[in-house]
Amino acid sequence: MDPVSGDPAGAPRTGAPAGGHRADLGALLQGAARGDSAAFARLYDATAARVHGLALRVVRDPAQAEEVTQEVYLEVWRQASRYDAARGSALAWLMTITHRKAVDRVRSAEAASRRDVTYEQTHRTIEHDTTAEAAHASLEAHRVRSALAQLTDVQREAITLAYFGGYTHTEVAALLDLPVGTAKTRIRDGLIRLRDTIGVGR
Amino acid sequence: MTDHDHTPGWDVHALSGAYAVDALDDAERARFEAHLAQCPDCREEVDGLREAAAWLGTGDLAAPPAAVRDGVLSGIERIRPLPPAPAGGTVRALRRRTPLLVAAAAAVVLLLGAGLAWLRPWADDAPRRLTAAERILAARDAHAVEKTFPDGSTATIVISRSEGRALIRTTGMAPAPAGRDYELWLQTPAGEMVPAGLMPDETDTTYVLHGDASEATGVGITVEPDGGSPQPTSDPIALFALDS
Repeated sequence: MDPVSGDPAGAPRTGAPAGGHRADLGALLQGAARGDSAAFARLYDATAARVHGLALRVVRDPAQAEEVTQEVYLEVWRQASRYDAARGSALAWLMTITHRKAVDRVRSAEAASRRDVTYEQTHRTIEHDTTAEAAHASLEAHRVRSALAQLTDVQREAITLAYFGGYTHTEVAALLDLPVGTAKTRIRDGLIRLRDTIGVGR
Repeated sequence: MTDHDHTPGWDVHALSGAYAVDALDDAERARFEAHLAQCPDCREEVDGLREAAAWLGTGDLAAPPAAVRDGVLSGIERIRPLPPAPAGGTVRALRRRTPLLVAAAAAVVLLLGAGLAWLRPWADDAPRRLTAAERILAARDAHAVEKTFPDGSTATIVISRSEGRALIRTTGMAPAPAGRDYELWLQTPAGEMVPAGLMPDETDTTYVLHGDASEATGVGITVEPDGGSPQPTSDPIALFALDS
């Protein structure tokens, strides 16, 4: 593998999902790695709605989602130098950290009643959205939904339960009445198809 | 390589998708990550699938309250960003894992020799009671499992089944985040994680784990709130599989 330390980490990868303001996330991360808190604040402002949106979707409880979002950014600050542009976009790196933290949170909260918060309560937080963000959000959400629509039903359900529900592939198999071991294959097949559909392939 | 799981019908490559969406349990993840360190194809696949998964996650936008921003920006003042990972360090270190194990085991023997030679001049004639750590290191069945982290720090578990104890030795470990402790866990054959003590707040330390390690199948380290937790509240930052 090619060590990328010299590379401008923000260079958008060809085929990466478009989104103008995202192009320099890598550069902001690089600044953060050097202790530039202003760059980090800009990174936060450019991405917080997405990070928090995912945290909220997985964790569901607004207060816990806020904690997750905060943990994510503290981790991003600490780990910024470890972002490797050769392995993916800066946004994907951020979302990967977010997802992992959110899933950790729901699994550790498992014993204490899981997701006892109603959908309505959860979505109150969305009032914070500015109109432009909300419009953008629905556009993005629409893109995601159409990409998911390309998958088979089982692939889509398995990925949705795993990614947004935070369930393990074994739990997904049980939820979907699939033989044990099948869900992981469906998740993989579905992700491969998704990757090829949205053109983030490698 | 030899890392393909020996369980019949268990194709480790097929876990890449579940791994990319964090849908593996802790044990599967540990196994898959060990495999990943040796399988460039899987690494490349995981990178692509993660990109796709991450993209799924960008469909929901919800601005967090301003208090979160304030918390983050004041929080980072107390956190030092990590230095860049040594180029290719993780992969190389992990690829060398088997030789490292041998080296670690040899190092244990050497340390032991050096340690005892060192200790003797100070010991008086009365038979000296060995500390728990020394007994583990001295045990005939002492066995070492070492991990090197991306920042170059290392942690080695040395276990002696006959002593029924395990110890951890660290070098260059970053201190736990403010308000947190590193908590150690012994994994039982039933897969339960039993608390085994809090790691001292020192970058280089040797610490004997609490509890009976004679049947432990693994040792985990998690980050817990100060004072530790009765059960893990987060995924391990390191998981050491112990051969029985």
